[in-house]
Amino acid sequence: MTKAQIVAHILPMPAQDRRILIAALALLAVLAVLPLMASALVVDKLTYLFILIMFAAMWNLLAGYAGLVSVGQQAFIGLGGYAMVRMVEAGLPPFPAIFLGALAAGVVAWIMSWFVLRMKAGEFAIATWVIAEAIRSMVSFDPLIQGETGTSITALNAYAPEMRRLTIYLLSLVTMTLMIWGAWALLHGRTGAQAQAIRDDEEAAESVGITTFAVKQRIYVLASIGCAVAGTLWLASAITFQPRTSFGVQWSVFMLFMVLVGGIGTFIGPILGALLFFALQEIFGDFGAWYMAGVGIVAILFALYLPNGIVGLWLNKGRAEPLSMRKLLSQDR
Amino acid sequence: MLEAIVQGVLLGGYYAVLAAGLSLMFGVVRFINLAHGDMAVLGAMIALWFVQGAGLHVAIAIALTLPLMGALGWLMQRMIFERALRGGFLIPILTTIGLGAALQNGMFGLFGSDTKSLGAYIGNLSWASWEIPGGIFIGQLPGYMFLTAILVLGAVHVLLTRTAFGRAVRATATDSEAAALCGVDARRVHRGAAAIAVALAGLAGIFLAMRAQVTPFAGPMLLIFAFEAVVIGGIGSLRGTLIGGIALGLAQSLGAMISPQFSLLAGHCVFLAVLAYRLMSGAAAGRGGWRATITALVFHKSMLRGKS
Repeated sequence: MTKAQIVAHILPMPAQDRRILIAALALLAVLAVLPLMASALVVDKLTYLFILIMFAAMWNLLAGYAGLVSVGQQAFIGLGGYAMVRMVEAGLPPFPAIFLGALAAGVVAWIMSWFVLRMKAGEFAIATWVIAEAIRSMVSFDPLIQGETGTSITALNAYAPEMRRLTIYLLSLVTMTLMIWGAWALLHGRTGAQAQAIRDDEEAAESVGITTFAVKQRIYVLASIGCAVAGTLWLASAITFQPRTSFGVQWSVFMLFMVLVGGIGTFIGPILGALLFFALQEIFGDFGAWYMAGVGIVAILFALYLPNGIVGLWLNKGRAEPLSMRKLLSQDR
Repeated sequence: MLEAIVQGVLLGGYYAVLAAGLSLMFGVVRFINLAHGDMAVLGAMIALWFVQGAGLHVAIAIALTLPLMGALGWLMQRMIFERALRGGFLIPILTTIGLGAALQNGMFGLFGSDTKSLGAYIGNLSWASWEIPGGIFIGQLPGYMFLTAILVLGAVHVLLTRTAFGRAVRATATDSEAAALCGVDARRVHRGAAAIAVALAGLAGIFLAMRAQVTPFAGPMLLIFAFEAVVIGGIGSLRGTLIGGIALGLAQSLGAMISPQFSLLAGHCVFLAVLAYRLMSGAAAGRGGWRATITALVFHKSMLRGKS
């Protein structure tokens, strides 16, 4: 069969998926005008939710589609934040610094990728974490950061709180939308197909001529920039940069939780996982440590009894995966 | 300098005990337990509770804590890990990260956030020292801890090499299906290994509580140390773990001579360097060894592309 013949057999998007997309677009439109009527608290919480969704989507891209299970994405959250602090210190306005700082973290991710992507799965998970710790130590040496004390991006205080809140909200909404759309385009394209082939069987992928390293590197760098942007947006709303918080392993724990509870390797799963995580935090967050202990137990229960996450509930009933990244071919020849 | 070296070596014994359980779980059960550090903290907290809450002598507290931790390991293998192992690579990671979060925050909820130490309950041991020729002082506590570490690791080594249980463990680690065909009950072996691993973690936690302070959230850092020691020493051998622990201890205590913050960074750097060296020598072996690679680089660049 020639390529053209195969392409002719690819089914159009299922009606269910089209309905989901239309609903999502409508929801985005509502979210765009929401600040006009919602309270400041709601706007802040939604901003945080968008940031969580970005983290989940990026970690899923990495682990779910390229098979790269990283426990060290906090390296880029911290580095992006640090680069942002440094750029603002050098006189750059804070809002461009959000994105430029994240790009700087992407450069480090590109350099790191030559080293970490050659490791086996277990080594990769741990080495990325150790590198994040090593970078945290080095950032703490910077006199501007003052060790564990951290520093505040005071330039952000020059803006009126209302205007700052609204800007960060809209930036987060737009960035999240672009990121999800970008992930969609990437996964539906050549890179996505190659990455899924590598995840399922690296040797077989290599044998059909996929340059596995280049594909993994592309996804690793993109996902790292994505995590860094989400991190700098979070920093812009939190204002204070502290190495221990920004480089904390809890970010990776959150990402892992959201993605696996939602359904790893599915497009919609991590978004659902982020919503569940957000809801748990809103309902039980006041219980402090006991709430986090509960999150841990929820993670164990999901891992043991529902390893495919929330989306797994659909799949177990024999229904098709919503918004699948697989190409569906028609039966007739 | 010499004193830092001695201290580093002694510290290595503690790291080796911490790492041995992780290595055992990985080697025998093929299970990466990301809650290993939290188990160590749990061991320390239980011992502390026996001493502070129940008023027991430290030695009795330790004698009670270790079997308790072993039983806990057996139970966790039976109730959680066995099921998680069926789920491939990711499910154990999610399970043990969840377990870690539950343990950390549960301990925080039960015992509070204040740092705790056994240092006040072991008499003058925490500061007493021996002087050896050359004007070097060796802390008695680190000395005893190092000796205990050697004895315990030696005992585990004998257990693995000289007993029927050890043979079953090694057989299962090498080829669990073939072992099962010979009548070895892999599940029993795994539970036994998990019991030993968690008891070792508990011992490491008690060591930590004696030489410094413990907080409920110390686990992840301990896990990193354990991993570093395991990877530096090479997975699957107790002697390697001891060497890895000593290398890590040396790196940290020599790094601390530059500045206190540099201590951990030095350990991380040694770990990353060892990993990089292994990757590079692996890649070089794929091209026919270092010499062939360098020759090819210098003389015939095309040779590199020729082979793959």
